[in-house]
Amino acid sequence: MTSVRRRLVPYGLLAPGLIWLIVFFVIPMYYMGELSLKTGTIETGYQMSWAFSNYTDAISQYSTQFFRAFYYAGVATVLCLLIGYPLAYAIAFKAGRWKNLMLFAVVAPFFTTYLIRTIAWKTILDDSSPAVSVLKTLHLVPQDGRVLATSAAVIAGLTYNFLPFMVLPLFAALERLDRRLLEAGKDLYASATQTFLKVTLPITMPGIVAGVLLTFIPAAGDYVNATFLGGTNQAMIGNVIQSKYLVVRDYSEAAALSFTLMAIILVALIIYIKFAGTGALMGDEEEAE
Amino acid sequence: MDLDIADGEFFTMLGPSGCGKTTTLRMIAGFEQPTTGKVLIDGTDVAGLPAYKRPTNTVFQSYALFPHMTLEENVGFGLKRKKVSKAEIKRRVADELERVGLSREAKRKPAQLSGGQQQRVALARALVNLPKVLLLDEPLGALDLKLRKGLQVQLKNIQRDVGITFVYVTHDQEEALTMSDRIAVMNAGHIEQCADPETVYDRPSTTFVAGFIGVSNLMPAVVKGSNEIEIADGPTVPSKDAGQFSTGEKCFAVVRPEKLTVSLPENAPGDQPGVDGIVESSLYLGTSTQMAIRVAEDVQMTVLVPNASEDARQHLPGGGAKVRLNWLPEHMHLVAESEADQPADDQTPTETVTEGVN
Repeated sequence: MTSVRRRLVPYGLLAPGLIWLIVFFVIPMYYMGELSLKTGTIETGYQMSWAFSNYTDAISQYSTQFFRAFYYAGVATVLCLLIGYPLAYAIAFKAGRWKNLMLFAVVAPFFTTYLIRTIAWKTILDDSSPAVSVLKTLHLVPQDGRVLATSAAVIAGLTYNFLPFMVLPLFAALERLDRRLLEAGKDLYASATQTFLKVTLPITMPGIVAGVLLTFIPAAGDYVNATFLGGTNQAMIGNVIQSKYLVVRDYSEAAALSFTLMAIILVALIIYIKFAGTGALMGDEEEAE
Repeated sequence: MDLDIADGEFFTMLGPSGCGKTTTLRMIAGFEQPTTGKVLIDGTDVAGLPAYKRPTNTVFQSYALFPHMTLEENVGFGLKRKKVSKAEIKRRVADELERVGLSREAKRKPAQLSGGQQQRVALARALVNLPKVLLLDEPLGALDLKLRKGLQVQLKNIQRDVGITFVYVTHDQEEALTMSDRIAVMNAGHIEQCADPETVYDRPSTTFVAGFIGVSNLMPAVVKGSNEIEIADGPTVPSKDAGQFSTGEKCFAVVRPEKLTVSLPENAPGDQPGVDGIVESSLYLGTSTQMAIRVAEDVQMTVLVPNASEDARQHLPGGGAKVRLNWLPEHMHLVAESEADQPADDQTPTETVTEGVN
């Protein structure tokens, strides 16, 4: 009796998550996959016609937006890493008693909704805003130029909105790092820079991989930043999908676009993890030099 | 604190936690900078130099092996930073792994090794660089007793082979006595005694040293003249150390547990100095029997009686018996009370460490 119960315990623990995934992920995915191969309109209804043309159309018509989405998300991810790593490092190593407060500051923006935060950026980057006039005074923006409705504005918005997703896993990785390893590095004739490159960076690589994934994936599918901070020439694939679903109501095409986006991200992810998992990124001595 | 360590010496800093031994080690390594004073290695003052510019290497208590590198890469790390040629790195790393008996594990990662193996990698990683001074911070502290004993012997042999100065930090007095050429017994930031193991054990210079090295058998006494002392509430006994103290001065008489004999008063050897006491407890330890004997209200003496024969053991006086403790005059030494045990005086440690003088 008890042994039967014991054997059932793992399944019992798995059940809630499993049911959740089935109901809210597997089943919708199935219907969406089916929908992406149908033809029809919302008025006449959809018939299954194995319309793979939905996919070829998706790629041929919206390749610009696909490319733009990955380009923006890529730049934003790199910026998040460049800003986030020193920040996480400072919080983990130098913040002392301010550590919790600084971590709170990183998470604090979540107390406001994503939309409001992005719209606030619209105000900040508005043509008549003080921030923009400062940029103009510094000649970082031409006198007749603008910031809003540019690629820079969208990338800035993405970077700002996804920074916490980069900082938190990096902080977790750095916090776990055994400080004595850094002493060992210095003891073995490595300068601070060498110790960072040969010890700190490779050991915190899992944090970097996690941070990059958590930033890049949602950023690539994002449409909020492009909607509020970009113009028509900054539309990302997320904007296309959003308008197909909610404006044009071409559900099949929208589903096909979503699947294509997912497939590209999945392939990119597999390549990235494979790459990140090999010696080159894991600080293998031979390859790194 | 002023300390001179000779070239090629196995030098041990021994003391309880918080006595400053690790801090001293870290100052030699360069992880901490002295506020004042010098750290001379081979005549050059390295105080102020960062750790990576010093001719020292450290074996850390926690080993601090790089988890993302193989053993080979771990051991080669220092040489690589020093821009040694690839062929030479390969050769020296292989030799060093051979020395510590881990050649077959060269391609493994540290997590795949046992604690004892990791410890040997840590040693190889430091030794391969042929430092002027090798610093060891309680390197055997995390290992079990049997492994520790084996590695103590190995460490000592390796040190003899390579002839590098070892500065070893431990709180284990037995470890210190086994391996060291010289021991500095430290207490509260200063050195109580610095001498070879035999001297530290047989002729402790302070009550702290006597207590920290082995069991403290301390009898308060007053110096009576140049060659005798009077044990408090006890007899006046001869002492050749008395001349180091002035008459009337307070001191402590130390006799090691294995140097004491215990007998019933009527059978006691009359020609040896001795004190009377009452047996409080008797503990069978296998090779010997440890007896606790109270000789005064606040003085308890420990005696180790070798278990030479079962018969003799059966005839040892039991608990409550009145006995006499005797010793040969040359086995009793006088020590002064440790400064740290006295009411605190103004202690500003002057952190001066002199090192590897050729």
